[in-house]
Amino acid sequence: MAICEFIVNWAGGVPATALPYALAALGLIVSERAGVLNLTAEGLLLVGALAGIGASLAIADRPWVALPAAVLAAMAVGLLFAGLVVLLRVNQVIAGLAVVFFCQGLTSLLGTLAEWQNHPISGLGKLIVWPLSELPAGTHALFQQDGLVYALLPIFYGVHRVLFKSMTGLRLRAVGEAPEAADSAGLGVTRYRVLAVVAGSALIGLAGGYLAVGGTKMWFGGMTGGRGWIAVALVIFARWRPWRALFGALLFGCIESMVPRIAAAGISVPQYFILMTPYLVTIAVMVWAGRGKGGADLDEPGALGRPHVREERR
Amino acid sequence: MDSVLELRAIRKSFAGFAALDGADFTLRRGEVHALLGENGAGKSSLMNVAAGLYAPDGGRILIGGREQRLGGPREATAQGIGMVHQHFHLVKPFTVAENILLANPRGRFSRGIETIEREIAFCTNMLGFVVDPHRRLDSLSVAEQQRVEIVKVLLGGATIIILDEPTAVLTDEEADGLLTTMRRLAAQGTAVVLVTHKLREVTRYADRVTIMRGGRHVAACDPKTMSTAQLTELTVGVALPSPVREKTARGELRLIVAGLRVEHETGRTALDGVGFQVRAGEIYGIAGVSGNGQSELVGALTGTTAVAAGDIWMSGAGHIADRPPAIRRSGGLAAIPADRYAQALAGGLSITDNYAVAGVMAGRYGPWGWLDRKAMAKAAAAAVRAFDVQGVRGLKQRAGLLSGGNAQKLVLARELAGDPVLIVAHGPSRGLDARACAAVHERLLAARARGNAVVLVSDDLDEVIGLADRIGVMSRGRIVAEFDAPADRQAIGRAMVDHG
Repeated sequence: MAICEFIVNWAGGVPATALPYALAALGLIVSERAGVLNLTAEGLLLVGALAGIGASLAIADRPWVALPAAVLAAMAVGLLFAGLVVLLRVNQVIAGLAVVFFCQGLTSLLGTLAEWQNHPISGLGKLIVWPLSELPAGTHALFQQDGLVYALLPIFYGVHRVLFKSMTGLRLRAVGEAPEAADSAGLGVTRYRVLAVVAGSALIGLAGGYLAVGGTKMWFGGMTGGRGWIAVALVIFARWRPWRALFGALLFGCIESMVPRIAAAGISVPQYFILMTPYLVTIAVMVWAGRGKGGADLDEPGALGRPHVREERR
Repeated sequence: MDSVLELRAIRKSFAGFAALDGADFTLRRGEVHALLGENGAGKSSLMNVAAGLYAPDGGRILIGGREQRLGGPREATAQGIGMVHQHFHLVKPFTVAENILLANPRGRFSRGIETIEREIAFCTNMLGFVVDPHRRLDSLSVAEQQRVEIVKVLLGGATIIILDEPTAVLTDEEADGLLTTMRRLAAQGTAVVLVTHKLREVTRYADRVTIMRGGRHVAACDPKTMSTAQLTELTVGVALPSPVREKTARGELRLIVAGLRVEHETGRTALDGVGFQVRAGEIYGIAGVSGNGQSELVGALTGTTAVAAGDIWMSGAGHIADRPPAIRRSGGLAAIPADRYAQALAGGLSITDNYAVAGVMAGRYGPWGWLDRKAMAKAAAAAVRAFDVQGVRGLKQRAGLLSGGNAQKLVLARELAGDPVLIVAHGPSRGLDARACAAVHERLLAARARGNAVVLVSDDLDEVIGLADRIGVMSRGRIVAEFDAPADRQAIGRAMVDHG
């Protein structure tokens, strides 16, 4: 029985831990499908988290205030990043890293200045869906989820439809695969890339907002704990496909939500070993995804990381 | 007057080099019009002007009798001009239908795909070939991808279709298929421009031909009224007086190439049993239309291209076909590559570093990690003076800032220093003005007089004839003919274009 309870509790915790990974990876996919290599996730998660908490404390402690605030804040930073790499053609790796460090400093500073640190909020409540809550006792932990968890599937379905079943998606992917072809087809490469980065940033901001408003329910500096970097790795593991990214996020959710439960169950595994397992798995996943010949069969967008300059003469 | 496109006195320069110098071109409805000329004659540049890719510096563009200003490819498309480039503008992981839909939107995506698939079927049916709209583009052969490009352009409403060297990537059979299709298209009223340097295609498929040389048009005529010899002469021009070439004593064998084979990743054979020998004090010229294996031959000799079979023997270095470039260079190989900024110089480094790097490798400026910078600067300064490299503000100036001719002089200064056993030069005067060109030729002849062996690979027939003691003509990865100097220009020209 103890085992059963353990598994139910564990499985019940998975969606909430997987959600930030899933949304962040999805946001990165949108950006990278348009050819912009995006490493900003860690920074955007922090910005989203701080904006969520800040809006809750300063305006109203309501999720429909906090989450849009998180999204808008991340979009603003995303626009800055897009300006750097798409318009000014700054190296995308360096600009991405710079944005992350900038956001880490900025959020710590603002959080301290505004005294938002360690002020708990009520945040996002659990949503009880009627037929599910009537299921036999002992499974309640499974179905006490945040509203955003239930929204995850429609969000993924929507993004998948847009990317693969719409003209917008066709053009966005063309811009990421072969900007020269897109250009000669009369598409504005710059415009599509900026839009993709900003739209992707919105999703990452939502993930950050959820981390704070639905997870910790308070702000402390560096609270995202490297989740953004795992999302970057997830995108490669998922080969830039949304549904695979969701699967990968659930995988990581399983591992992460195992960590506190193993400790709670009194199994003596060194704490730091458990804490490092997600990263160990990340490395393993990267090695697995990168096997084969030099990344040629990785389905990486053809123009990923390559700024587009219209050719005058070859 | 049924001319659909007229280009009058078009001029276009790139970085001071006049690619088009008052070029004229007239295209009529329903004809296949060949645009013939050697490499660098300005064919592609002229057509890029017509397709709106290049903005001309001067001249007029008349479409359907009305003067137009083309601001970009989209405006050209709106005027009914479509161009199929040598490098296809297609998205590899997309399907055929998606690629065509991308350039020709038809409303919402799912409806658009259905519409475009119907249109593809109709269009390919008319042209007489089959394209499966569901196939991914990267699963198609080059010839099939080209068909996709053509369908894409036609569904965009093109009434003028420009094909830039369309048969360069095709086998003979595929080329015949394509050109037959184009004839059919012309019979239905489309005007087709065929940019080419292959005489065979001109005489067999074109209604009219415009011949270009040096950025201008030299003749426009019906190819059926001309002999091959006349066309060749119009294309390559009359021979210019050769540079002074003194008799030298030919020395011992320096290079033996035998049965050399190079294959592309795609499985295409780039070199197919190439063999020749070069002696000391001799320039061996390789003539031919570019793309017939010259780049691969240079790569195989310098060690940047993997050799599938065959042997390369160089005196002083032995059998080097599968040895790395460093071994070849320490054995006395000097290389003057085709792309001087990408392959011969490190643009971001100083002139001193670029000049001295060869000596550093040889340990001339002290051991690794303890270089004598003063000696390097002194040697570079002497070389800059000796080879008359101009535009040098200081030896610390970045080499990438040098103009083409001066960059090449710097490369020559480095490569010809010491006493190389073998010099491999690929298009050494390409893009240079007459004076720089003469300087390069003088240096190569001096190396020959000094007893160096030289392999000179060039698209410029005048250069090869002027410099070489013996000339091998390359076609389709083979040396199809060999001539001793003084060589008959017409005979070489025929060997170059006769794939027969």
